[in-house]
Amino acid sequence: MNKDNRHWFLNGLKDGIPIAAGYFAVSFALGITARNAGLSAFQATLASLLTNTSSGEYAGFAVMASDASYFTMAVMILIVCARYLLMSISLSQKLPENTSLFHRMLVGFWITDEIYGASSTLPGKLNPFYNYGCAICSLSFWALGTCLGVVVGNILPARLVSAFGVLLFGMFLAIIMPEGKRNKVVACLIFISMAASFACAKLPVVSNISEGTRIIILTVVISLFAAVLFPIKDDHFDEDKANKNMAASVDETDDKVKTGEEK
Amino acid sequence: MKHNIYIYILVMFLVSYGLRALPLTLIRKEIKNRTIRSFLYYVPYVTLAVMTFPAIMDSTGAPLAGLLALVIGMVAAWFGAGLFPTAIICSLVVFFAELFLHV
Repeated sequence: MNKDNRHWFLNGLKDGIPIAAGYFAVSFALGITARNAGLSAFQATLASLLTNTSSGEYAGFAVMASDASYFTMAVMILIVCARYLLMSISLSQKLPENTSLFHRMLVGFWITDEIYGASSTLPGKLNPFYNYGCAICSLSFWALGTCLGVVVGNILPARLVSAFGVLLFGMFLAIIMPEGKRNKVVACLIFISMAASFACAKLPVVSNISEGTRIIILTVVISLFAAVLFPIKDDHFDEDKANKNMAASVDETDDKVKTGEEK
Repeated sequence: MKHNIYIYILVMFLVSYGLRALPLTLIRKEIKNRTIRSFLYYVPYVTLAVMTFPAIMDSTGAPLAGLLALVIGMVAAWFGAGLFPTAIICSLVVFFAELFLHV
């Protein structure tokens, strides 16, 4: 590892610490969900190490619990994790063009909401080693938390388990609400989605559809309606580009500036 | 359970990894279609909202405790509480609510 890579790796490790704390608590709750779905500690930890996604794993365990088909699982993950596609596209613009295939594949493997958030907001081009530091620090706690959730979740009193179980939903709320505050359409969509989800869970006939399928149908229908009725303005995506251009000019003058206190 | 958990996990891995890695390795240009971009933009918020409610009420001993956690969590996140604080707040609300509701 050369000096620059080492520097970015350490920066990533440091920025990964608060993320790790959040992941640990949330993945503990996820472990409890996994245990309820019938997974062993090894299986749940393996799922966490390979997929690194709270909502995706939560949805995946729900599919396992209902013993749905592998195809349902594939569609489910496709829908729940669709946002990673956007993040991956965004990061592809952020990495230097000469980044090797190996680094691109590894950066992709460790895209999560939080790691994406931290790495995509850095000034200038992205050194993949920043992502590796961030990922190794935070995602090891993600896997550890999942494992402990399965193992210790068994001996915790029911009241604590239900308190821990809510951590995950709290995290979901923390992801969606800030954007709802910025964008009134998203705020309305959040309420419409919850109302529709509630209705579908309680109404006769529709409530017979499995939870996983319900989530997929509602997500596609509501998002598609929103995309057609309220297409986003172009400047929403240009924001990234503007940041990049600004940083690019700094890039040439002094590389060391961007290695300073960027967080 | 009729299905193999390891195959489930493999499917989870392949699909989630494909979504993450394919654009990074293949697509170097931006997606131009505005509807697709808008759709991709809305998806996470809609899906997380759908997944949260009413499931949050089924995850707790008393549905009312889950509902309280939802409302207070939404307010906290609206006023800028981060990932970790919001999660902890929801958790505490459920803990104390169930204490008072004698579940």
